[in-house]
Amino acid sequence: MSYVVKVQTSASRMAAIGTAILIPVAFILPLFASRSLLQDLFFIFTMLTLAQWWNLLAGYGGLVSVGQQAFVGMGAYAMFGTVILLGWDPVPSILAGGIVALLLALPTAFFAFRLQGAYFAIGTWVIAEITRLTVAQWKQLGGGTGTSLPRSATRDIMFVDGIKALFDTKTSVARDILAYWLALILVILTIAAIYWLLRTRRGLALAAVRDNLQAARSVGVDPDKIKWLTFLAAAFGTGLTGALIYMQKARISPDAAFSVVDWTAYVIFIVVIGGIGTIEGPILGVIVFLLLQSLLASYGTWYLISLGLIGIIVMLFAPRGLWGLLSDRTGIELFPVQRRLVMNKKLSKEK
Amino acid sequence: MSILSISKLCKSFGFLKVADEISFDVPAGQALGIIGPNGAGKSTLFNLITGNISSDGGQIFFQNEDITQVSPMKRTLSGIGRSFQIPQPFDKLTVFENLLVAGTFGRNLDEAKTTDNCVEILQETGLAKHVNLPAGQLSLLERKRLELARALATNPELLLLDEIAGGLTQGECDSLVATIKSIHEKGVTIIWIEHVLHALTSVVEHLLVLDFGRVIAIGDPGEIMKSKEVREIYLGIEV
Repeated sequence: MSYVVKVQTSASRMAAIGTAILIPVAFILPLFASRSLLQDLFFIFTMLTLAQWWNLLAGYGGLVSVGQQAFVGMGAYAMFGTVILLGWDPVPSILAGGIVALLLALPTAFFAFRLQGAYFAIGTWVIAEITRLTVAQWKQLGGGTGTSLPRSATRDIMFVDGIKALFDTKTSVARDILAYWLALILVILTIAAIYWLLRTRRGLALAAVRDNLQAARSVGVDPDKIKWLTFLAAAFGTGLTGALIYMQKARISPDAAFSVVDWTAYVIFIVVIGGIGTIEGPILGVIVFLLLQSLLASYGTWYLISLGLIGIIVMLFAPRGLWGLLSDRTGIELFPVQRRLVMNKKLSKEK
Repeated sequence: MSILSISKLCKSFGFLKVADEISFDVPAGQALGIIGPNGAGKSTLFNLITGNISSDGGQIFFQNEDITQVSPMKRTLSGIGRSFQIPQPFDKLTVFENLLVAGTFGRNLDEAKTTDNCVEILQETGLAKHVNLPAGQLSLLERKRLELARALATNPELLLLDEIAGGLTQGECDSLVATIKSIHEKGVTIIWIEHVLHALTSVVEHLLVLDFGRVIAIGDPGEIMKSKEVREIYLGIEV
């Protein structure tokens, strides 16, 4: 018998070509773009990175965490800590942020993995709150009121002088360009890593564990191993993003860095309205989110209420999100992971 | 040579003894049927053999190795495959991907190296028409076939079937039995729990009767079904 296993679709081939063009354009964008556009894009890239990691956890792994703000906050605080206490440059400190978030994920997973479903969600939230309260005791980093990156550290961040010379611009603009590039690299690497993971056999195992734990075990999948791998990877990516966000903000406080609304509720909103369990969903979701924010943010509480309402409506009428709606109608998949078996009937008849 | 050897296996849930010093041997290549009333401990016995639940005492030998403390995943790798009483497909994965998971992780192979085998099994089990359909959309018969196919994809030497013919129409049942027969003819050892007796007895060479976690009888199906005790326990007939 003859067969082919296909993952690519014609839309995904177009998407690959589109991405190959878009990435270089995105890198040279600071040459033309205004500072406010770069700041908007920084926001999009960092929120999208957080959303992709949460989507990997919840949409592919079935691990619905509402405690990801623990890793944003921990990554950000570790970055501030290495800058202020050890005198590192902020750029390599971002990496330290990712690593410390990864370390925090070890005890978090150890406790939270004993819980299932809604209990797991609440457990992760509780652990995040404990982390926030603990960090607020860290007097050298400002305790409960927080602190700023020292001027000596922000004045000569790695690469900033080079960017200043290259673009012939002020330090503050050069810092925004640096943050933009780092966020761009981070979001590209995140999507590439997640897409690669889903295309390997570990991606299959992750889906199997999500769909049916008992059956996954019975066909030789080790659910614990795959859950740990996913959770640790998501914590590392989330920690890096947190550190980068706060390098750009240059000011930190426990309430802001460990905010469940900013770093988990918004992220869940992005994934849910965009389409959970797809890579395209969060991309669409973050754009919708930014539009809603720029339209409604001046309405204060009404903004949050309308976000909630939109979330509920999407969950009720388009449970697979806007991308799910679009993809069901058109059959388009930009990042396909499904392995389709195409049998060649003619050949198999001859045989 | 026996492929599976169980010795004084015990398991209790609270005061309820679901496995009470169960001992029996299964020679390689045999098809053994297990019958018994509801709650006799049949599915529990399967869960003990696959390691989904741990035993309170006794030993399980598979291919002369003590696997009593071995994890379910390693038991699958060493050649024990199973189907579930209530089909447990990976709903959002396609039929082909369901087999692919089993073929890669159950045999520790790359996707490409196990695909040939998966395609063969899909044709053998009559699922070739639905390869790219999400498993959640299958009918009951197709789900049962998928249970069988997925277990086969792990390349088992011992295949445990849990009421795979239950709930099917006569025609569906017959075609499934034919598939199971052909698998058995290839030399796969089968242990099959079933209430649909005519399906069971058309395949198995040996029959084991379980009641309250104890082995009541084991031997030739014809003789066992004639036995007074078995008829009383299993069929509820006053003799």
